[in-house]
Amino acid sequence: MDVTLIYPYLPTIFAGLMGLSILIYVVLDGFDLGVGILFAAAPEKDRDRMIASIGPFWDANETWLVLAVGLLLVAFPIAHGVILSALYLPVSIMLIGLIARGVAFEFRAKANVDEKWLWNRIFFAGSFVTALAQGYMLGAYVLGLEQTLLAIGFGILVAFCLVATYAAIGAAWLIYKTEGDLQKLAVKWMRFSLVLTAVGMAMISIVTPLASERIFAKWFSLPELIGLAPLPLITGGLFIFLFWQLAHLPDRNDRFSLVPFAGITMIMILGFFGLAYSFYPYVVPERMTIYDSASAPESLIIILAGTLFVLPVIIGYSIFSYRVFGGKAADLRYD
Amino acid sequence: MDPFLLSRMQFGANITFHILFPTITIMLGWLLLYFKLRFNRTGDKAWMEAYFFWVKVFALSFALGVVSGITMSFQFGTNWPGFMEKVGNIAGPLLAYEVLTAFFLEAVFLGIMLFGFRRVSNRVHTLATFLVAFGTTMSAFWIIALNSWMHTPAGYEIRDGVAFATDWYEIIFNPSMPYRLVHMLIASGLTVAFLVAGLSSLRWLLGDRSDAMKHALRTGVFMGALLIPVQIFVGDLHGLNTLEHQPAKVAAMEGNWETQGNVPLLLFAMPNEETRSNDFEVGIPGGASLILKHEFAGVVPGLNDFVAEDGTVEHPPVAPVFWGFRIMVGTGMAMLLLSWAGAYYLWRREELPRALAYAFVPMAFSGWVATVAGWYVTEIGRQPWLVSGVLATKDALGPVAGGMVLTTFLMYLATYFVLLGAYLFVLFRLTIKASKTDTEKPEPGAAGGSALPAPGPNAVPAE
Repeated sequence: MDVTLIYPYLPTIFAGLMGLSILIYVVLDGFDLGVGILFAAAPEKDRDRMIASIGPFWDANETWLVLAVGLLLVAFPIAHGVILSALYLPVSIMLIGLIARGVAFEFRAKANVDEKWLWNRIFFAGSFVTALAQGYMLGAYVLGLEQTLLAIGFGILVAFCLVATYAAIGAAWLIYKTEGDLQKLAVKWMRFSLVLTAVGMAMISIVTPLASERIFAKWFSLPELIGLAPLPLITGGLFIFLFWQLAHLPDRNDRFSLVPFAGITMIMILGFFGLAYSFYPYVVPERMTIYDSASAPESLIIILAGTLFVLPVIIGYSIFSYRVFGGKAADLRYD
Repeated sequence: MDPFLLSRMQFGANITFHILFPTITIMLGWLLLYFKLRFNRTGDKAWMEAYFFWVKVFALSFALGVVSGITMSFQFGTNWPGFMEKVGNIAGPLLAYEVLTAFFLEAVFLGIMLFGFRRVSNRVHTLATFLVAFGTTMSAFWIIALNSWMHTPAGYEIRDGVAFATDWYEIIFNPSMPYRLVHMLIASGLTVAFLVAGLSSLRWLLGDRSDAMKHALRTGVFMGALLIPVQIFVGDLHGLNTLEHQPAKVAAMEGNWETQGNVPLLLFAMPNEETRSNDFEVGIPGGASLILKHEFAGVVPGLNDFVAEDGTVEHPPVAPVFWGFRIMVGTGMAMLLLSWAGAYYLWRREELPRALAYAFVPMAFSGWVATVAGWYVTEIGRQPWLVSGVLATKDALGPVAGGMVLTTFLMYLATYFVLLGAYLFVLFRLTIKASKTDTEKPEPGAAGGSALPAPGPNAVPAE
């Protein structure tokens, strides 16, 4: 087969792969960060258990961010430069947050009892700042990386909504991984943060088409409108269903403890598709398409070959790891 | 403020902080596998105790390596977008392969290696340890391939001002790559050997006489003694390779201004770029010629060959390269003396003399000193190029304001200082704790997993 036949599709394929990595990242590290954010509200006695529920996973989860930014870097190098220079400060702040969150895990585990409070705070602060920075970047990206006062305000608003979304998925993870008092608390936390999540998603859905005529046309013209109608409708339905489900949790035999996590994951996937549909084929909104900024196909095909071979293996052993540490979170110990 | 200088300082600070941790984890992973295999073969629980102690050091070092590594992948875009615009077609696939074949492998199996001992079979746990060690080494392979390509680019062509790959084998195994990779892997081995020997000596000095400590001490000392002569040999080969491909770097390392024979091996000098000569020179006559050309009359390139007709300096800044090289070699010599003396006593008398044990403790971090000094030599020695002959460092800078870079630079610097302090503090405290518990602990019981050492401070208290 002549591989050059694939060349015209490479930008789309890589945009897809990058999107997939981002999606996996926000779901997986979303719950890690969410647990960190909820640390602020958690009673001291539950904190070790909360850490135990994410301890074996967080590192691999964060790696999806490395893959996502790596794909942006290697497949769309010019866009990578434009986006990251425009977001210089929030990116730096996010990195400091990620550093703080990551090391707090390890230092906290090795701290004396009377020093834990310090690493608890750093763990919370790191998670919170990371989520804020990512939310701000999302907001700035939606508005085309403008530096106006309005754009900054919108960015800050989205920042807090993403914090709520991560808190919601973090709480959903705790509902699945814990039991007893902590599980009950997690249900309460999720109900609260889900409200803010809904507000945030509604806001982005309204602003995105208003910010761009092109996106407005993509959504509000026939027959697209009818084809796309299920997206917001299903999302709304899922929110209602989740609120109903949460009112009935924890259930007696713990049969439905994974439902909130599945539900919020679905919501995030739908939201992601909405955004992806709006921005395609742009990688820098309204400025640069994936075709303008893609690397040489000879280089992309080399990466693609490796990716198609390695990605299923990665997914395979990730699932293996989740199974090894499956069930309710137990004590984390090195021996 | 000059954003160029600040961006360089920021990236330099980042990569200096970052390399400390992979330098430990690359070979510590294999050392843990060795401990595990010794346990599997002998059934001696002391090997497993040594494993559980050092796996904590591994986990901490790994976390610091990951978070500081992520920072760098973003800085390519935030500060140096010109790099990927020019050579993205080469650097991209190498970085992508690092993420795909190394990062996920390490990160996923690290969880099983750290917390899975009771959840998976012993065989799977050993396999997880192997895969983590393999992953860290793969990571080193890809990143050294890219770094070496930046020193000695090959297998590419420039079209419309952008580099395109022509031969991936030549790109990956570019002229300096095999030397640099082996040099770095052994450097990691030495760093780990001296870290293990140093902290084990500290335990011994604190009164710890456990078998776990003894196993680790012997392993560290013998590993250091075996690796250091190999490293000196490989380092020499690497130097000769550099002489062939980057003569300006070697000229700076030797502090040699004029191309000539009978160049002395300078033990001390203050390179002066104003006068283009050395102040306070002390050297062994003909030494550099002998090392680089294997004869006293051997002609060694001089820095003055790398000045353009209009006076533009095209060689790296001399003093940091000159001094970095001497710090690296000096540390290596100290390693040679100490590890051979240590190995002799451990072989003959099974125990270190007290004075030697005291000497091993500060040498615990000698690997860091030598590794960082060596990297400064090679990276500063590549200037003014980012990619030799292809991309000048100043042309890769992005449109970022100096004040912004200064803010983030100070932010990173403060973070790194705090983290490094906390890391060292925790390392020493773990060591002191282990030396106490291991001396007071009675013989382990017989019941399976619980026969292993008491849960460390990492365990979540049972509710």
